[in-house]
Amino acid sequence: MSSAPQPENRAPAVPPEAAASAAAATATPHARARRSLGAGRVLIIVYAILAIGATSRAGYQFAAFFGQYPAARLPIALSAVSGVIYIVATIALVAPGRAWYRVAWVTISFELLGVLTIGTLSILIPAVFAGPANLPDVADGTVWSTYGIGYLFIPVVLPVLGMLWLRSRRAHYSAA
Amino acid sequence: MIEWYTVVEVAVAAAAGVLCLVLGLFGVRPGDLSMGATLLVELLLLGQLGIAIVAPLVGNSPTGSLLEFYIYLVVAILLPLLAGVWALVERDRWSTVVLAVACLAIAVMVVRMNIIWTVQIA
Repeated sequence: MSSAPQPENRAPAVPPEAAASAAAATATPHARARRSLGAGRVLIIVYAILAIGATSRAGYQFAAFFGQYPAARLPIALSAVSGVIYIVATIALVAPGRAWYRVAWVTISFELLGVLTIGTLSILIPAVFAGPANLPDVADGTVWSTYGIGYLFIPVVLPVLGMLWLRSRRAHYSAA
Repeated sequence: MIEWYTVVEVAVAAAAGVLCLVLGLFGVRPGDLSMGATLLVELLLLGQLGIAIVAPLVGNSPTGSLLEFYIYLVVAILLPLLAGVWALVERDRWSTVVLAVACLAIAVMVVRMNIIWTVQIA
């Protein structure tokens, strides 16, 4: 984070009051460079929570149900995939540099594709994604089922916000 | 789990979340109010941990998976610490919003923990 580009580069994307508070609050150049993440930190904490949530839940389901219940395998595998995507996206949002910026675009695009595809399929053919009815945990389906209804629809809103944020930071990377 | 304690926990976490969200959106940096509210949520979670340890010993056992319950509880306990440390390191309005996100996520997680403890059919 310390090697993040200078805050000036993203000037067009910064609300005036945020720029003013950032300028007023600069203690050291180091702190100033860190502050360039700004509102993105809110995005990052939401991604981090989803990453931890989806991964630990998939891990628990894998350990508890994967072997015994063949019908649970697809939902568990999809939950695991979404968990990994959220982990990589979180890291890519935090890490500086052009390469990570690209990784962030790829993972967040995949995430949007995933939530739209799985969300639609889970409504059209619920039986495939529902998992065994006697396993309420897995029967909830994956993080992406019904566009993330089990996670307050955050999974379908988040990639859009992520893309908007990445777009607002484009100037950093085309100039770099 | 103890029902009234769970209700208090969810209410406090949600209230702390809304408070921090409002403060953050009005540009207030993390301070005694937002950090104190988050600390209160953390203390309630530690109380919940105590309850979760003692409850099965006195005949109040979870109907769902205790392992899954603890995964939620441990992550919930870590969230205010991570958000709080971040708020101390980067003292701007967005850190207040980060505290809000952590508190709101905890409110949802405690609801989920309550479901695991009380109404699982598995």
